Amino acid sequence: MKTIRKLSIAAAMTVTLAVAGTAAAQDKSILVQSTTSTANSGLYDHLLPMFTGKSGITVNVVAVGTGQAIKNAQNCDADVLLVHAKASEEKFVSEGYGVQRFDLMYNDFVIVGPAADPAGVKGMNDVKAALTKLAEAKAPFASRGDDSGTHKKEMSLWKAAGIEPGGEWYRSTGSGMGATLNAGVGMGAYVMTDRATWISFGNKGDYEIAVEGDEAMFNQYGVILVNPEKCSSVKQAEGQAFIDWLLSAEGQNAIRAYQVDGQQLFFPNADPGQMKKAG
Amino acid sequence: MQDFASELKGALTQILSMDSGFVEIIGLSLRVSLSATAFSCLLGLVLGAFLAVSKFRGRQGCIILLNALMGLPPVVVGLFVYLNLSRAGPLGWLGLLYTPTAMIIAQTILITPIVAALSRQVLEDLHDEYREHFASLGLGMPAQIRAVLWDGRYSLITVALAAFGRSVAEVGAVIIVGGNIEHLTRVMTTAIALETSKGNLSLAVALGIVLLAIALAVNAMVASLRLSASRLGYA
Amino acid sequence: MLERTGAMTGTVQRHALYCRGLVYQVGERRLIDGIDLDFLPFGISTIVGYNGAGKSLLLRLLHGLLEPSEGAVLWNGKPLSAKARHHQAMVFQKPVILRRTVLDNLRFALASRGIRDRKQALAALERVGLSGLESRPARLLSGGEKQRLALGQAIGCNPDVLFLDEATASLDPASVHAIEQIVLAASAEGTKVIMVTHDVGQARRLSDEVIFIDQGRILEQAPAGSFFASPSTRHAAAYLEGRLPETHQHPSQN
Repeated sequence: MKTIRKLSIAAAMTVTLAVAGTAAAQDKSILVQSTTSTANSGLYDHLLPMFTGKSGITVNVVAVGTGQAIKNAQNCDADVLLVHAKASEEKFVSEGYGVQRFDLMYNDFVIVGPAADPAGVKGMNDVKAALTKLAEAKAPFASRGDDSGTHKKEMSLWKAAGIEPGGEWYRSTGSGMGATLNAGVGMGAYVMTDRATWISFGNKGDYEIAVEGDEAMFNQYGVILVNPEKCSSVKQAEGQAFIDWLLSAEGQNAIRAYQVDGQQLFFPNADPGQMKKAG
Repeated sequence: MQDFASELKGALTQILSMDSGFVEIIGLSLRVSLSATAFSCLLGLVLGAFLAVSKFRGRQGCIILLNALMGLPPVVVGLFVYLNLSRAGPLGWLGLLYTPTAMIIAQTILITPIVAALSRQVLEDLHDEYREHFASLGLGMPAQIRAVLWDGRYSLITVALAAFGRSVAEVGAVIIVGGNIEHLTRVMTTAIALETSKGNLSLAVALGIVLLAIALAVNAMVASLRLSASRLGYA
Repeated sequence: MLERTGAMTGTVQRHALYCRGLVYQVGERRLIDGIDLDFLPFGISTIVGYNGAGKSLLLRLLHGLLEPSEGAVLWNGKPLSAKARHHQAMVFQKPVILRRTVLDNLRFALASRGIRDRKQALAALERVGLSGLESRPARLLSGGEKQRLALGQAIGCNPDVLFLDEATASLDPASVHAIEQIVLAASAEGTKVIMVTHDVGQARRLSDEVIFIDQGRILEQAPAGSFFASPSTRHAAAYLEGRLPETHQHPSQN
């Protein structure tokens, strides 16, 4: 029976360690609900050490789809929300879950496809025309299909082009951006992706950007402090400090400076007057 | 698609470099899954032994339920724990969501039925063998439970290792309740999911190789334990 | 044999185990069919009979391992309880050996009687000739050694009544002899022994009284001497002569 006693002591110690570790991590830290595409781009790995070095606040990022991120924040499981679905974000604020929404930065979407370009859309910069051509050619197209910000954007573009995508060529993966890209590359399908994810994506195969540059494909990011009146657990001071820093000249420059393979991924566009308007 | 050989080469380079982020992820995986295994053994062995030794109405129903719970999808467990630990949930005030503790809780819930159901089977066979001896000695239930737990120790270690294997390899529960936060709740399986989605296959493969190595080590331990147990006639 | 005679005449009776109207029924079959039984208060009582006569079943009912369908087993005038079982011990045909060392097996049994002294466990091992094997994994013992270990556990508990259920079946002659000597010694020290055996020779060597049962009923209970010299029933005579059971009036019970 001695062994059993030893085992239970070991188990008890493990618990203590686990709990102690948790407590330490909670010290001066905030939780940000964000999107997979932002996290996958590597932007946070670039920004967060600068902010933490300056403020001493650790930023923990949970990366899920935009819909899930907003839902989690509504459950008070976040201090800050950083996503790219403007209409949903404004609804989040108007329903009282968020304090105020700030424009932070944008990047853009591109359509990538195999080098052979079976639909012949390469070099186009009119996204409506390109989508029409893809649909007519019935070229394989892989869609997120997960109600994420990217998926919503894609659907709005199809709608603008007057097309109801469907049929054997239109493949809905129901997965994140990276998984959808992996699937698209695997089956030779065109994929609409945000540029940031595409540039930092490591499994490109022979894929290239086919369609880019249409203003309709711009992708605006917003940042919101979760409302402390709704969620008493929100760390208001620390969360606001993070938002203030992102919107400051220093934060905006840091976003501008982030590059992968020599290419800038995000374009800061915070309105310097936003904060004052809020006050 | 990069070719398999180059991914493998990249993976091996990654493993050999043993950089601190890589080691941190492996360490957290082991810490979370070993803790979950320890808790699930404390709960599951007692439950399994009780079901093995006792006779009561509804016992068969309990066993069927337990066997069914063995097949619980990790995502369902993750969702259940998320709903409870979320700030909006009943246990939100604990502030445990997105912590290693939440991951330990989820994995404990996931594997306790495995420990209980498998140990119930092992211990019931053992108890059938010992039943008349125990009855003749006039042993009470607690003494019988202690005795079969001790005599089944080699088989039960195998059960615990099986449960550990399941917990260290699952991704569905920990990614929901842990959130895959770097330096805080990122474990091997969630990192593999992330790196795969980033198309960074060599790191994913490297972590996969480590996971496989752990599984091999665990199984080698099981095999050698079985061998020494049968040499002693304790199997 | 001298001690044995002494035991028979001089020992104070330590128990009173008997049964009344005992029935054990499975479905429609009465495997034990209304048994009233008082034992000789000392010495060795042996239950004999054909396969399937209900010998082992009767022993288990007497020890309280099975609940009777009707009737009762009484211990000092009261119905059998778990407490009474602490004054009894049983050795099975197939010894139950825990996955532990020889000494730990013995100490486990003694601990159930509140005996935690290591020395007493070692003494019990010595009585059954297993000294020096105490740290051996018990399941690696030979069949004879295992049965001596089981006997050591039973005797180490210092029971008032010792039940033996075909304890020497399938053992070699030397092991049988060793076990018989241990049982005789225990009986000489005042332990009442109630045993079941198929070995007529063993029954002759050990018994003080013999109970012959057939189809769940007692056909004969007699002092050993008179039973073996002149059994009073045809069935018992046939059994002793090694003939198969005659066709009975009631249906056979395998």
